[in-house]
Amino acid sequence: MPALRFMLNGEWRSEERASPTMSVLDYLRTVARLTGTKEGCAEGDCGACTIAVACPDKDQHAYQAVNSCLMMVGQLDGLSVMTVEGLARGDGGLHPVQQALVDTDATQCGFCTPGFVMSMFAFHQAGERITETAVHEALAGNLCRCTGYRPIIEACRRLAGLPPFVQPLAKEDAERLAVSPDEPVGFTAPRSLGALASALAARPQAWLLGGGTDLGLLVSKERQSPTDVISTARVPELKNIAVTADALELGGAVTYSAALPHLDDLFPAFGALVRRIGSRQIRNLGTIAGNLATASPIGDTLPCLIALEARVVLRRTTGARHMSVEDFITGYRKTALAPGEFIETICIPRLAGRQRFFAYKLSKRFDQDISAVIAAFRIAISGGKVASLRAVYGGVAPTPARAKALEMVLTGHPWNSEALAAIDAALARDLSPIGDHRASASYRLDAAANLVRRLHADSSGDEPSVRLEAL
Amino acid sequence: MNTAPLARTRRGAHAAVSHDSAMGHVTGRAIYLDDMAVPPNTLHAALVLSGHAHARIRRIDLTRARRAPGVVAAVTAADIPGKNDIAPILTGEPALAEEVVEYVGHPVAAIAAETMDQARAAAALVEIDYEVLPAVLTVDEALEKGHLVAPEQKMVRGDVDAALKRAPRRMSGELRCGGQDHFYLEGQIALALPGEDRSMQVYSSTQHPTEVQHGVAHLLGLPFSAVTVDVRRMGGAFGGKESQATIIAGIAALLAWHAHRPVKLRLARDHDMEVTGKRHGFLFRYDVGYDENGRILALDMVLAANAGNIADLSPPVVTRALCHADNCYFIPDIRLRGLACKTNTVSNTAFRGFGGPQGMFAIEAIVDILARRLKLPLETVRRRNYYGIDRDNVTPYGMTVEDNIIHRVVDELESSVDLPRWRRDIDDFNRTSAVVKKGLATVPVKFGISFNLPTLNQAGALVHVYTDGSVLLNHGGTEMGQGLFIKVAQVVAEAFHIDVSQVRVSATSTGKVPNTSATAASSGSDLNGMAALHAAEQIKARMAEVAAARYEVPAAEIIFKDGRVFAGNDSMSFGELAHACWRQRVSLSAAGFYRTPKIHWDAKTCTGRPFFYFTYGAAAAEVAIDTLTGELRVLRAELLQDCGRSLNPAIDLGQIEGAFVQGMGWLTMEELWWDDKGRLRTHGPSTYKIPGSRDVPPIFNARILADSPNREATIFRSKAVGEPPLMLALSVWLAIRDAIASIADHRIVPELDAPATPERILAAVNQLRRAAS
Ligand code: FES
Ligand code: FES
Repeated sequence: MPALRFMLNGEWRSEERASPTMSVLDYLRTVARLTGTKEGCAEGDCGACTIAVACPDKDQHAYQAVNSCLMMVGQLDGLSVMTVEGLARGDGGLHPVQQALVDTDATQCGFCTPGFVMSMFAFHQAGERITETAVHEALAGNLCRCTGYRPIIEACRRLAGLPPFVQPLAKEDAERLAVSPDEPVGFTAPRSLGALASALAARPQAWLLGGGTDLGLLVSKERQSPTDVISTARVPELKNIAVTADALELGGAVTYSAALPHLDDLFPAFGALVRRIGSRQIRNLGTIAGNLATASPIGDTLPCLIALEARVVLRRTTGARHMSVEDFITGYRKTALAPGEFIETICIPRLAGRQRFFAYKLSKRFDQDISAVIAAFRIAISGGKVASLRAVYGGVAPTPARAKALEMVLTGHPWNSEALAAIDAALARDLSPIGDHRASASYRLDAAANLVRRLHADSSGDEPSVRLEAL
Repeated sequence: MNTAPLARTRRGAHAAVSHDSAMGHVTGRAIYLDDMAVPPNTLHAALVLSGHAHARIRRIDLTRARRAPGVVAAVTAADIPGKNDIAPILTGEPALAEEVVEYVGHPVAAIAAETMDQARAAAALVEIDYEVLPAVLTVDEALEKGHLVAPEQKMVRGDVDAALKRAPRRMSGELRCGGQDHFYLEGQIALALPGEDRSMQVYSSTQHPTEVQHGVAHLLGLPFSAVTVDVRRMGGAFGGKESQATIIAGIAALLAWHAHRPVKLRLARDHDMEVTGKRHGFLFRYDVGYDENGRILALDMVLAANAGNIADLSPPVVTRALCHADNCYFIPDIRLRGLACKTNTVSNTAFRGFGGPQGMFAIEAIVDILARRLKLPLETVRRRNYYGIDRDNVTPYGMTVEDNIIHRVVDELESSVDLPRWRRDIDDFNRTSAVVKKGLATVPVKFGISFNLPTLNQAGALVHVYTDGSVLLNHGGTEMGQGLFIKVAQVVAEAFHIDVSQVRVSATSTGKVPNTSATAASSGSDLNGMAALHAAEQIKARMAEVAAARYEVPAAEIIFKDGRVFAGNDSMSFGELAHACWRQRVSLSAAGFYRTPKIHWDAKTCTGRPFFYFTYGAAAAEVAIDTLTGELRVLRAELLQDCGRSLNPAIDLGQIEGAFVQGMGWLTMEELWWDDKGRLRTHGPSTYKIPGSRDVPPIFNARILADSPNREATIFRSKAVGEPPLMLALSVWLAIRDAIASIADHRIVPELDAPATPERILAAVNQLRRAAS
C-alpha cells in the first residue's frame, strides 16, 4: 500500500488515507488531532503554525523550524517531525525552552506561544551562539501581539549554555526513515535528476514544488487541492552547492538557508539581504530557484542575481540549456521555462577585479516584509571613476528592472557628488513604479534615487555611512 | 481534605504570580475554541461578502450554493427568524446585510457544510446581483457631506472664541492618525450548538458574552434565558472581540438554527480583517491660542473619527477621545467637537484605549508644535500647562482631577534617565551624522478609568468553597491573555488568606454570572475583583461564625492566616473549616456584586465625573531615522507606569510592555490601506505589518511606579493597567518628529502624521529640507 512514512514526535506514522497535498497544519490539527500547533494566518507570516523537522540522513538533531501552513503532507515523507506536544521530557517535565518562557512570563494569550516554542527549540537545538542578532533572526517569523517580545527575548537569552535537548531517534528508526517506501498517489518526489525530468516530461501540468513557500499558499489560503505534485526536494543533484574558481553554483533545490553561508562568504550584501527574505521558517523551506521561477517583480533575489550576471541551467529530458537570469525573466511572473523544464543550477560569477556588490531593501518592517523597493548594484571604481556598473531594481516595474539610463550616466564618470545630480532624471526614465499599499510611486522613485546616494556613500572610498542596523 | 502544606510564601494579592495558563500555553495544552473537540455532526461555515463598498442588493441566488457538495444550510437576512439587529448601543445594525451593502466585506450570506472547504467553495457559488451606488470612502468626504453615524458631541468650557481672539499667539492646522487592526493571533471564531427546547449553547471568542447572548437571542427570536454563551480564553482580543464577536457568533447560531446541527464559524485571516472593525482613524482640525511662555489659553478642535458604515461603538469612542484631548493639561477655554463620520468602510470599533489614544495624539502634537514654534523645550511647555493640585484642576468635562501625580511621575522618569545628558548625546550624534538622525522625546499620560457610561460599571462573581478547601471562582470578566483570571483568583486567595493555587477559575458563562459588561476599558480586575471579593467576604463571614462557635470565641477574633483559621492558639486548616461548615449545613457559596461608586455622566452636555480615578504614566524614547529612505529604528524606551498598588507586578509589567509595543506599531509601521474601490489591501500579515521582535527597542525598560496606592478604594488599592501604557508610545512618534526637526537644527516644525511609515518620514524630511532652503 503506498503510504507516507514519517516520525511524529518520536512515533511512527504511516499515512495511507490523508491526502498528501493537504496542508501539514490541517493534517496536524484535524487528522493527528494535535491542536497545539495553531493557525494565525495560513500565509506563512505569523509563525503560530511553526513545527520543526529533521532529515535523518543528515544530523538527526538538526531540527529546522518550518511553517506547517505552507507545507503539504507529502513533504513530510522520510522526516522526523516535532510539534509542541512532543517536546516535554519523558518524565513529563517541561523542555528547557518551555521552562524559560514560563520563567520569564513570556505568555499572555498564549496563542503565539507554541510557534515561539518551536522556533526557539530549533534555534537552541542548533547550538547557535546566542546574540541579539541571532535571537531576532530566529524569532523574525513569529508574531506576538500581546507581550511586546521583551520577555520572549529574555527567555532566549536564558537558553545560553543549556545543552540541546531532544530524544535522539533510535538507529533503526532513522534507517527506516531513510528508505523510501512507495510513493503516495498525487505526490511524487523523484530521487534523481533523470527521474525528475521524466516525471515532468510525462506530466508537464503537474505542480513543480520546490519549498512550497509560494505554491503552499494556494493550498492553505486558496484551499486548492492539487492532484499532481512533483517535488524537487529529494533530487540529490539539485541540493548541490559548488564553489568553483569563478562562480558559486547553487542546485535548483538549494534553500535560502543552505545557500546563506556561501552568499555571506562571496557576496556579503546578498547574504544580508537574503536574511530579510521571509523568516527563518520560510528560508528553511524556500529555494532560490523557486524565487526565480515565480518571477515576481518583488522577488528579492532577482535584482541581485541580475546585477551579478547570474546564469541558469535549465534541464528537461532532451538536454540542458544555459541563459542569463536577465533573459530568463520574460515578463510579469513569466519565465523562459518550457513545459517539462526545470532549473537545474544557478551560477553566480564571483566578483572580478574591482567589482563590489551592494544590495538594499526598503520595506515598512525590517524583517519578513515584502520590499517596496529593492536595489542591487555591482560597481567597479577605478581612479575615482565608475568603471562599470550594473544597477537593478525590484518593486518599481512589472519585472525586475535594469536601470540602464542610470548605468549610462554614471559609467565612465567621476564617482563624486556632481555625478549624483543626474541620477533622478535617469531613474525617472528607467523605472515605472506604481503606487500601492506598500508605497506610493513617488516614494519608490525618490527612494530608488536615494539608494544610489547611499551606494555612493558606501562605495566612494570615504567612510561608509552610518546605518540604522548598526546603532 | 486538603492538608498539603502551603508554599513557603502564600501567594495572594500583590504577588508576581505567573499567568494561570502559562504551562498550558507552552505545552500547547491550553484549549482555544478551535481546539475543542466538537460533536461529530458539527458543520463548518463560511461567509459570503460584498465586493462593493456601497450597493443595493437586487437579488441573491443561493440555488447553486445549496446544491454544492456537503452544503446543509445557506442563509441570508431573509432567513433570520427574529430581528436582524445586533447593534451594541444604537439600533438598526444587521448581522447580514439587508437591501444594501455598505462596505467591501459586508457579510451578505452564509453557508454551513460538512467541511470548511465545502462551505468556502459553496460560498463562491452564491450569486448576488448588485446595483452599485456611490461610495464615501474618506473622513474628509464624509465631513464635507455631513455624513455621520451619530449626532455630534460637544464639550465646551468658557468662551473659546473670545479667548482665541485675546490670545497673544494663535495657530491652526490639521492632523491625522491612522486606524489599526487588532491582529489578535486567534481570529474570530464561534461554535453554536442547538439545544433542546429552542435553546442555543454558544462558545464564542468574545470579550462580551452577554452581548453575544443578546445578539443571538435577537436574531433567533429567543428569550435571553434560552441562550448560553461560554468563553474560556481568547487568543488575544484588544477590543476587537467586544462587539465584533457578536457578528460571528450570531451568524453561526443562525446557521445552526436552520441546520439543526452544531455549526462552527472561523474566519480566515483575510476575512477577519475585511469583515471586522478596527481602531478609528481620526482627522483633527485645531485652532489654539497660547502665550509666549507656551501656556495654552484656548483650544477649539474638531475630532472627526472614521466610524465606518455603522455606529457600533463609535459614539463612546468619540466621547473618550474628547475626554482625553486634554491629556494632563489645563486648558481654560475649550471647545471640542466630536464627530463619528459615516464612510463606506468596515465599521470601526473598540481598540485598547478606545479613542483615548487618538485624543491624546492630537493634544500632544499641538503641544509639540507650539513648543517648537516658541523654541522652548517640550518638557518646559508641558510643565506650564499641567493640571494643578489645588487650582486649574478641573477638566473640560467638569471633573476635578483629585489624584494628580503627574508631576511626580514625570520628575521620576526624567531624573532616572538623566534627560539633559541624553539630549546632549543625541545632539552630539546629529552634529556628526549626515544621513542618520536621532530624535528624543518624552510623553506624559493621564488616562481615566471607568466606562464613560456609568451603567456599565458593574460586575458579578460567583464563589464556591468545596469541603476540601478548594475554591472555584467564576466572574463576568473574560480572559484574553491579560491575566484577569489570575488577578481575580489572587483577590479571592487574599480574602481567604490561602494560596492562589487553591483557587480555580472556570470559563466565563452567561449561565453563571448574568448581565455582565464587556471585559474592556481596562476595568476587568477593578470590577470583577471587587465582585469576587464581595462574594468571598460573605462566605468568609459565615465560615468565621462556624469557627467562632467551635472555639467558643467571638467571630471577630477568628483569623484566617496562611491557609489556616485561628482562634488564639487553636487552629484548623481552611479545608477542615470548610468541611465543618458543610456538616453544620452552612452555605459555602455566594454571589458577589459590585458597582463603581462616585461616577456620573451627562451625555447631553458632556459633563460629569465619568472616571472613578485616573492612572498616570510617562515615557521617553529615542529613535533614529535614515533621511535618505525614511527607515526608522526605535533605539531606546524608558517607561514608568502608575499601577496603584499592583495586584500582580509580573502581569502588569507584561501589560505595560505589550501595550507600548502595540502603540508603537499603531504610530509607525501599521498602515491600513484602502484602494479607490474601498477594498482594504492590507488584510493579512503579509501586507499589514505589526511589530516583530527586532522592532522592540534594544534598550527597553519598563517600571511600575513605586509606593503609589490608589487614593480611591479600588480592589486592594490597585489601578487598572490594560490601556494606559499604550499611549506611552506617543513618545516614539514625538521622537521621530524630533529627529526630523534636527535636520534644520530645530528651526522648522516638521509636518508628520501617523503612522510614521518610511514613506511619511521621508516626505516630512523632504518637506522640511525644502522649507529650510
Ligand atoms: S499560520 Fe501563520 S505562518 Fe502559518
Ligand atoms: S501571547 Fe498573545 S500573541 Fe503572543
